[in-house]
Amino acid sequence: MGASQALTSKVPMFERQFQQLQSQRRRSTLLYGGIFALALLLSAWVGEFNPIKVIEGLPRVGEYLMKTLPKLGIHTLWHDLGEWFWGLPKWLKLLWETVLIAYLGTLLGTLGALALSFDAADNLKRHAASYWISRRVLEVSRTVPELVFALIFVFAFGLGPLAGVLAIAIHSMGGNGKLFAEAVENIDMKPVDGLRAAGASWLQTVRFAVLPQVLPNFTSVTLWRFEINVRAASVVGFVGAGGIGQEFYTAVSRLYYEDISAMLILLVCTVFIIDMVCEKVRHRMIGKESLT
Amino acid sequence: MMLRLQAVDAAAIERARRAAPVVFTPPWRISLGLYAVALVLTGLAGYCLWLFNASPLRIWNGLGQLGTTLMQMFPPTAGEMFWDFMAAMAQTVGMAFIGTVVAAILAVPLGMLGARNVLPNWLARFLLRRSSDVLRGVDQLIWALIFVRAVGLGPLAGILAIIVSDTGTLAKLYSEAVENTDRKSVDGVRACGGGPLLGVRFGILPQVLPVMLSSVLYIFESNTRSATILGIVGAGGIGFFLSDRIRTMNWEETSFIIVLILVTVYLIDGLSKAIRTRLISGKVAGGLTGLH
Repeated sequence: MGASQALTSKVPMFERQFQQLQSQRRRSTLLYGGIFALALLLSAWVGEFNPIKVIEGLPRVGEYLMKTLPKLGIHTLWHDLGEWFWGLPKWLKLLWETVLIAYLGTLLGTLGALALSFDAADNLKRHAASYWISRRVLEVSRTVPELVFALIFVFAFGLGPLAGVLAIAIHSMGGNGKLFAEAVENIDMKPVDGLRAAGASWLQTVRFAVLPQVLPNFTSVTLWRFEINVRAASVVGFVGAGGIGQEFYTAVSRLYYEDISAMLILLVCTVFIIDMVCEKVRHRMIGKESLT
Repeated sequence: MMLRLQAVDAAAIERARRAAPVVFTPPWRISLGLYAVALVLTGLAGYCLWLFNASPLRIWNGLGQLGTTLMQMFPPTAGEMFWDFMAAMAQTVGMAFIGTVVAAILAVPLGMLGARNVLPNWLARFLLRRSSDVLRGVDQLIWALIFVRAVGLGPLAGILAIIVSDTGTLAKLYSEAVENTDRKSVDGVRACGGGPLLGVRFGILPQVLPVMLSSVLYIFESNTRSATILGIVGAGGIGFFLSDRIRTMNWEETSFIIVLILVTVYLIDGLSKAIRTRLISGKVAGGLTGLH
């Protein structure tokens, strides 16, 4: 009886505390909600975004997209398709070039990331200087967008796919390097200690204690980077750095409407195929269980 | 058993080699396969270099040109354009913010319906997923180019491009989060007489909200980066100034803009990290961080 009475006398205290917590929570919700709304309004203002313009604009987007679709007659389907995809051989060649740009960019970028990421990992750093430099290089090359590198490289190396390859390589080096370094930071350090105790050099430690642990992760990241780079390679042509982007840009600015949709369809198909192949390879190489 | 290091001599190694030959020399099929893969990869790289005219002379000249350009980038100066650059950068961040918010909202129904445990009908799910794959498969810059043609030059085209491409990405991330939820809480809600909608609201949403928020924050970071280049095709933001300064070889202002982008991206990343730890308090291990 006494215990229950003591509990009953505590109820108002609980109530008070609950109300206090609730009002505290309400206040913080109001505060953060206010900040969010303010940020949204500010963004709408600097981004010149207003709902009326959007509502006016959307039908025009629909109209534009409809214009890009060709008229396909049932009886003349084959002929119409032929008209629509009149540039197929040329476009396929450009798509092949796009995929190759992504391939070489990924390969070179991954090699660069391999060279820097072990130095950039907390648990393997050699000198303070090499650690700091490799981290900064990776950060900058990952933060500056590919297209900016592409613009500069087109100026330095001339028009063409080489500039695109180098731009994608630099950006991939930064992106992969960060993920690689994170993977290295998560390894089991016991093999490293073992090799160090046996007198192995830093490079031997990396090769025999670290690499076997991180290789599945590296492969998976690299395949995924390749998928991303195929998309990136499709737009470096906008600034003259090769691939199908240049042709697409021309089609859009010269109003070759049907070419736009034809190239978009081909591009989406290519991206799908690449994604599927990469998925297959990933599953084969590292097995389902190590995919997190 | 005690491990005695001094017991390892040539004879011991020989015994180990006989006991487990696979450890010392991998079976010829595997090593042959590895060599074949390496050969194909380097062969393809060589073919690419040949196709892209990457002669050593061209690379050497390009590097020289690049070095000169880098020298001319110092010191970064804004000249009289300081406030114009700042306004354009603010517009970039605003575009990224508003685009992310709208995409985050639009992706909720798509993501929920794309999950196996919410929509069991495979045909509807298949169509939903493929259409969001199409949105994702086309690069943001391609969408921007199309929207510039449809709604005119300016940030609205950029915001629409961000919305369209990220609705696809977020819908996919949301569906994966929903599919990873625990089924039991939905069963509980349903057992108490709640309909399917209530099951989603009280059974699934509380489980996926932290993951969704984390995805949205990650997309916001990624959009801040990608919005910096939308201006290259005239879709608003700092990209216009950047491509213009590179084309007119105004390297000091170019490097100022690049530094401005770097600083902004670091600030946004830091802010996003702070929000993440505050709101989600480490519930979602950083599975999504760094994927750019």
